[in-house]
Amino acid sequence: MILDDGATILSSAIRLAAPLGFAACGEYLAERAGTMNISIEGMMITGAFTAVATASATGSATLGLLAGAIAGLVIGAVHGNASHRLAVNTFVVGLTLNVLALGATSFFNESMDLTGHQVAQVSIPVLRDIPLIGEPLFVQRWPVYLLLGLIPLTWYLVERTRWGLELRAVGENPQGADVTGIRVNIRRRQALLWCGLFSGLGGAHLAVGAVGSFNDNMTAGRGYLVIAAVIFGAWRLRGTILGVALFGLADAMRLALPAVGVKLNSQLLIAAPYLLALAAMVLVVRRTRQPAALGKPFTRGIV
Amino acid sequence: MSVQTPSRPKDPAASASAARSGGPLGSVDRAARALLAPTRSGSSPLAVAVVTVLTVAAALGITAGLVAIVGGTPGEVFSSMLDGSVGTPGAFSQTLLEATPLLLVAIGSCISSRAGVFNIGQEGQMLIGASVGAYIGLRTQGPPALVLTLTLVCSALGGALWAAIPAVMRYRRGVDVVVSTLLMIFIAEQLVSFVVSKPWLLQETRVGGQVVAPQSNALAPSFRLPTLGDYPGLTISLGAFLAVGLAIVVAVLLARSRWGFKLRMLGHNPLAARHAGVREATFGGLALVLSGAFSGLAGGVVLTGEVYRLQPGMSDNYGWDGLLVALVARDNPIAAVVTALVFGALRSGGGVLASTGVPAYLIDITQALLVFAFVLPPALLALWRSATDRRRQAAAATSAQAAPSGAGA
Repeated sequence: MILDDGATILSSAIRLAAPLGFAACGEYLAERAGTMNISIEGMMITGAFTAVATASATGSATLGLLAGAIAGLVIGAVHGNASHRLAVNTFVVGLTLNVLALGATSFFNESMDLTGHQVAQVSIPVLRDIPLIGEPLFVQRWPVYLLLGLIPLTWYLVERTRWGLELRAVGENPQGADVTGIRVNIRRRQALLWCGLFSGLGGAHLAVGAVGSFNDNMTAGRGYLVIAAVIFGAWRLRGTILGVALFGLADAMRLALPAVGVKLNSQLLIAAPYLLALAAMVLVVRRTRQPAALGKPFTRGIV
Repeated sequence: MSVQTPSRPKDPAASASAARSGGPLGSVDRAARALLAPTRSGSSPLAVAVVTVLTVAAALGITAGLVAIVGGTPGEVFSSMLDGSVGTPGAFSQTLLEATPLLLVAIGSCISSRAGVFNIGQEGQMLIGASVGAYIGLRTQGPPALVLTLTLVCSALGGALWAAIPAVMRYRRGVDVVVSTLLMIFIAEQLVSFVVSKPWLLQETRVGGQVVAPQSNALAPSFRLPTLGDYPGLTISLGAFLAVGLAIVVAVLLARSRWGFKLRMLGHNPLAARHAGVREATFGGLALVLSGAFSGLAGGVVLTGEVYRLQPGMSDNYGWDGLLVALVARDNPIAAVVTALVFGALRSGGGVLASTGVPAYLIDITQALLVFAFVLPPALLALWRSATDRRRQAAAATSAQAAPSGAGA
């Protein structure tokens, strides 16, 4: 009985955390390059809508997933060019893009007739019969396993490539990076493109993977949750993914506990990720781990 | 923007450019201007205005295109929105009602942005302000004018306190204001849901076997904001006068007072401000707290002038949209009055959009596009200027290289 409940909660925790996981990889990349990207909410909702619209038009949920990622990429390109080419305040751009994306997706959703599609479920024989962890780990929609590949890829890109080294330099000390010949704003735009790609994929997975349809404002602040996860993880990929897993678990418990008969304040569970992120910033002195130039625009010359 | 290379007097191109920029002092002047560059947009107001007209036209063009895509007629949509926002006295009253909280939030945003502090948590500060106001308005007895004043003042205090938390986190622990104010919105939302779900706090009292909703009791009619005029004629809530009055006061203080000068100095150049004795924690923190107070007051005005009870959804994006109003007004409280009216008209006009068959979400798209239309022109002009500068410098450099080699040959 307890094993069954546990398996159900774990299963839904993984299902709820997966869309956050994709976006968190992207946000992590963007923040390491020095962009505090708040348009991630817009990237996710656009990815979600485009995925369902494409899947509805072509009949293929996989094509939808791809289109969602590309839609996120487009938002990333707009954000990157506006804030790292035109030098408009990145928060202004992000905020406005979020309003635009939320409005536009709801607008088109209301004027289009979309049919739901969902990507295939993977169910690995034998392994799925392991008690407690069998079903959560080995019976999931296939993009969840794609995420398992994306996390090490993100780590490799940031920590083990020259590009990643330059990316981190740009986030820590843009003036210094510039002097050594790194094109600061180009690196930041590239990081935002990756962020858009991953976040669009995250939104798309939410729509055609986890849920199977699109509702107005279906991301419902998940983008901001991802920002909280990166902060909670102190700008390290391992911590970020841990944050995503914790937040997914909190969400799953909120949904599952009333059915099991355990009483826990649901408002507190919803607010917990944000409280944890704030506490991480205030209590644990990890400020030294924050990219030094996070959120600061770069212009060459006298500062 | 770039550091001026020392000009060689024999170099014809360089001396020509020195002459153009005012003799040998030209390079000093240029360096000084480069230093001051962040403090002003650099482009002439006329150029900015011309480009803004073009970008606004583009924004409206895109909106019209969207209407056409979903099968509507742009002209019909425009006229029905005009009818629904300013066409009748009743519609205009609705516009004023919607514009008031937008303006209050925008005034606060102007103050904090001028000090270089970017507060984006207005939505949460509004909710907390409204909660505190509702608690006072529902639990206090006394003369109506006194209770109403107390409700509004306590709403402002509530918003100020909610904004004081990020301020303390910023100036004690160095936590980024944008992130903390953003995250605190979601905490505020859950806090309000909690407050209206507990009978011992503010949940409405059960009457008979009725199902109770997650909301508070309604304020007594005498504790609500009085209005001038009667429905269906033009009605103006006292809140509108309050908001416009505050906009004027803040505009004068920002532009003319010593406090406003120090605040703007901090926003332009924190380093110079510190050297001039402006304490960042005091002025920046106060700006953030004041911004929260205005958002809280907006929450109080929505509570006492529009919704009359505390509901989790009562902030209705006023906080986010008010922030956009300040962005379009380029942090000028007087310009914010006009902008808030336009955004209020969009909101009340959006209510009648459904009858034309166009989704009301068109309003959100239009608002976001308008923000881009007002934010992009200075940046576009700056990019264009730096591109021309670079071209001119490159031309000067090549002619400087060409001249000596040409003489040698």
